[in-house]
Amino acid sequence: MTTLAYDGGAMLGRQLRRMRNNPGLLILTQTMPISMLLFFGYVFGSALAMPGADYRAFLVPGLLVATAANGIMTGMFQAAQDTHRGVMDRFRTLPMSRAAVPLGQAVADLVVTAAGTVPLLLVGLAVGWRVEGSALEAVGAFGLLLLFRFATTWIGIFLGLLTRNEEAAGQLGGATFLLPLLSNAYIPAEGLPAWLRTVAEWNPISAVTTALRDLFGNAPVPEGAAWPVAHPVAGSLAWCAVLLAVFMPLAVRRYAHGER
Amino acid sequence: MTSTYAVLSEGLEKRFGAVHALRGLDLAVATGTVCGILGPNGAGKTTAVRLLTTLLRPDAGSARIAGHDLVREAAAVRRKIGVTGQYASVDGDLTGRENLRLFARLHRVRGPAERAGELLDRFGLAEAANRAASTYSGGMRRRLDLAASLIRRPEVLFLDEPTTGLDPASRNLIWSAVRDLTAEGTTVLLTTQYLEEADQLAHDIALVDRGRVAHTGSPAQLKSLIGTHVEVVVADADVLAKAAAVLDRLTGAQPSFDHERNAVGAVSRDSTLTLPRLVRELDAAGVPLLDASLRPPTLDDVFLQLTDDHQERAA
Repeated sequence: MTTLAYDGGAMLGRQLRRMRNNPGLLILTQTMPISMLLFFGYVFGSALAMPGADYRAFLVPGLLVATAANGIMTGMFQAAQDTHRGVMDRFRTLPMSRAAVPLGQAVADLVVTAAGTVPLLLVGLAVGWRVEGSALEAVGAFGLLLLFRFATTWIGIFLGLLTRNEEAAGQLGGATFLLPLLSNAYIPAEGLPAWLRTVAEWNPISAVTTALRDLFGNAPVPEGAAWPVAHPVAGSLAWCAVLLAVFMPLAVRRYAHGER
Repeated sequence: MTSTYAVLSEGLEKRFGAVHALRGLDLAVATGTVCGILGPNGAGKTTAVRLLTTLLRPDAGSARIAGHDLVREAAAVRRKIGVTGQYASVDGDLTGRENLRLFARLHRVRGPAERAGELLDRFGLAEAANRAASTYSGGMRRRLDLAASLIRRPEVLFLDEPTTGLDPASRNLIWSAVRDLTAEGTTVLLTTQYLEEADQLAHDIALVDRGRVAHTGSPAQLKSLIGTHVEVVVADADVLAKAAAVLDRLTGAQPSFDHERNAVGAVSRDSTLTLPRLVRELDAAGVPLLDASLRPPTLDDVFLQLTDDHQERAA
């Protein structure tokens, strides 16, 4: 375990230096939600039943979670890019922990995206979003958001190691943009046909979004929702635990095996 | 842990789908020596290195590296080896210094920054130390790669075509580093397409062809497989037969004629044959000699013979 912590720390350093040198994808994925907030909040928001400022306050937690779900895309892209680098061969021939490389990538991503959330929060504040709950609840909301990001990054790392192809990762990663559309991140799911509402509410993004709205005090937990949304904090924790329990071991195994 | 052989493999096999890349590779590299694995493209050299460095798992066969089983004790093997691949295995996004510091940390070297600095100096990379490795020339990347393999002196160093495509200065730097390492007791297994490289560095050579070791031996032994090429050019076509008779007696081999040049040649297995003796014998036989040459075989000849053999087999 100390081996993993030490090697993971070294790999974290590597990833952070890489991101500093090539910040493109991260800047794109972190600034995209700001333009979406303005588009959705002012353009589409005008067609919704909810008053504009209320909708924007409703939208900010949804965009935070949708952005966190981009961990699938960035994780996949970086992992796929790495599979073709000779340096991975060197890591595999070193007496280091097999989990250190993916762990370093996931933690580096977390550090950078935690900081990358600040601009969206500032624009959110400017357009009417507020933390209306307690400070403790707000801290809990951010913790949950980061935990969700950590989980989606591991999904991405696994898929990237599986496809081993940057182009495929780029295309598949683009498709993750659709995931929040089938959730309550941008719209209240209550208005959907019953079967579609069930599907949307079993999307992990919905549970985490609802938890954030609840903890920030932006919107109440909807009536008659599926279990993960009706109990959003427990539901979010459960989703993250399941995703991590499945994808962390898969990704580490996949990495350790290489092309063996 | 001392054992006679730093690398010992038996019947290693590897398939990639329909391609049978290795068909039973037997290798024995004595501790402290340099073994050159020589073979044409596609012979299985790189697959062999990837298997022996734990990057690939063999389909059959076994191997011990520095006394540890390749499959069951892969982690122990990784503590004993250094690997420099055909393609530079450093991180292009990091600078040369960052790369070496990272690997030094992963090797638990005390003072990673100092170790990185030493190696950058030794491999002539100090000036470029703070540039991203992706901006390096091929030679610089390969030198950085080798430096990364030497962070801690490995017991067994694997070099996969370490000088392919390098300029002579970089090549010499790498050769001298290999010599220094063997002087310190490191065993080196190197693959190469360059016969000169194997001749310069290797104590033993394994000629690999189609996934198997076709011949092994010292460079001198392999050359004696081919023999010395003897050729004489005479002034007059009439004496060609007389010259051939002398060559036949000296070499015991069937002479071959080149009538256009009035030349006759033969391959001598006798390594004691010298040019003065050849000239004396021909002169004594009354052959008016224009030119005589003894060309010791190069590994090129060995290599060509091997590839000829398999062209014949294929035909």
